[in-house]
Amino acid sequence: MSDIHATIDAVWRIESARLIAGLARVVGGDVGLAEDLAQEALLAALEKWPTSGVPDNPGAWLMATAKHRAIDGLRRGKMLDRKHETIGHELEARQVSPEDDLHTALDDDVGDDLLRLIFTACHPVLATEARLALTLRLLGGLTTEEIARAFLVPVPTVAQRIVRAKRTLAEARVPFEVPRAADRVVRLSSVLEVIYLIFNEGYSATAGGDWVRPALCEEALRLGRILAELAPQEPEVHGLVALMEIQASRLRARVGPSGEAVLLLEQDRSRWDRLLIARGLAALERVEALRGTLGPYALQAAIAACHARARTAEETDWTRITALYDGLAQLAPSPVVEVNRAVAYAMAFGPAAGLEIVDALAGEPSLAKYHLLPSVRGDFLEKLGRRDEARAEFERAAALTRNERERALLLARAEQAGRRHS
Amino acid sequence: MRFMMLVIPKAYEKAGADFVPPAELVAKMTKYNDSLSKAGVLLSLDGLAPPATAARVKFGGGKTKVLDGPFTESKELVGGYWMIQVKSQEEAIEWAKRAPMLDGDVIEVRRVTEIEDFPPDVRKAAGR
Repeated sequence: MSDIHATIDAVWRIESARLIAGLARVVGGDVGLAEDLAQEALLAALEKWPTSGVPDNPGAWLMATAKHRAIDGLRRGKMLDRKHETIGHELEARQVSPEDDLHTALDDDVGDDLLRLIFTACHPVLATEARLALTLRLLGGLTTEEIARAFLVPVPTVAQRIVRAKRTLAEARVPFEVPRAADRVVRLSSVLEVIYLIFNEGYSATAGGDWVRPALCEEALRLGRILAELAPQEPEVHGLVALMEIQASRLRARVGPSGEAVLLLEQDRSRWDRLLIARGLAALERVEALRGTLGPYALQAAIAACHARARTAEETDWTRITALYDGLAQLAPSPVVEVNRAVAYAMAFGPAAGLEIVDALAGEPSLAKYHLLPSVRGDFLEKLGRRDEARAEFERAAALTRNERERALLLARAEQAGRRHS
Repeated sequence: MRFMMLVIPKAYEKAGADFVPPAELVAKMTKYNDSLSKAGVLLSLDGLAPPATAARVKFGGGKTKVLDGPFTESKELVGGYWMIQVKSQEEAIEWAKRAPMLDGDVIEVRRVTEIEDFPPDVRKAAGR
């Protein structure tokens, strides 16, 4: 019966993050070691369960097995680096057996450990790619192969990233804790960034033939929803969840019959997922209930909500969207925000208003290879009847994008601009 | 993937119109709901009023006929549902196994269909 492996996968998916988080605390915060122990428990399950059947409480079984491995390891003195010496000393000082200590520790509520694990996996000491891989591995329970497939990179590359990330965390002696005070703001923003990067990798695939990879979006949403339960007092966590829920509501509508991209205003809104929109709006309400001013994610969510609330593209409250973009441009100024702000201004006050903002960005070095700038500029120019310039901009944008489907869309627009002219 | 976990309480067809679940069960259920939320898989959930208070609209011969509950001759009536988002049917089944049910209760795990499940002519009929 090969179904047993699918069942074990499912159990792993449900239990692994809690398992690793609980273990990380009792082994002194070494998430690398905790993951190794959890993996050993998984191997034991893969060995035993096909004949013994899945135990009634598989999570407890995995935990008990990993615990035994930890105790065996401590006894054999095989894990004698700094941290494990410390555990040994602490255990001696308290005059308790390693078993008792581990049992007590593992019985505590695992929620805080999960939060510690998220903060550790997203620690700024790690490179962005390492944070993404480690988060998907430790929190998402994804295999190295799954992560490699998701990011279209070779399996050994991902494996190496994870090994290095674990080593970096150990060498930097990153404490297994929920950061406090001022540090917390920076660390939380790193966590949110990692989740949103995972989401965007799925939502607007930067490479390859697919326009979207919904599985990655679902993964990021799951992580965001978990975080919202663990840190309910953080407005930006709900802001990010709201943003992702509302953006994900459009996933099906963003892809045309032959896999081509369909832009927001051309989407069939009856295909938007009402359930996800409702969840997104509810998350936004949680932000608003927490405090008056909106952070960058909440502002983006509020913009997305304006679109979600409009039954037709014509009903969109563009004036409100320009106000929200003005807020975003103040709070988190970036050339990319300016491009989007320009689009909103063009919609609210005409293409000339948008062109004015975009032209102010000319020569911005960080946008030299940003395909959306010529794409948006081309759109304004086309609407202003400057078709030759428009066509050139669309062609420039097509040359810059790495996404094959998007390139096709841009080339079609270039051709269209040219055709109307002649 | 989305799955609906349909709760089929034992002998629900015989429950009275005033049936309410016992507080103890509701407490366990709330805890379970929280665990789904904390795992980031819960999309929505609802409990349904007893079938004794329900109505059925039957179709036949181009006409409709309304039948009022209870429907004591029917079996396996739905009492409520959870909508979850998971990676596989097995994961949905694992979540169902963790639900605090009473002896004789059933949870039916059903995948939510997507338009991609259908052949082109059906998709076209749906305007997609």
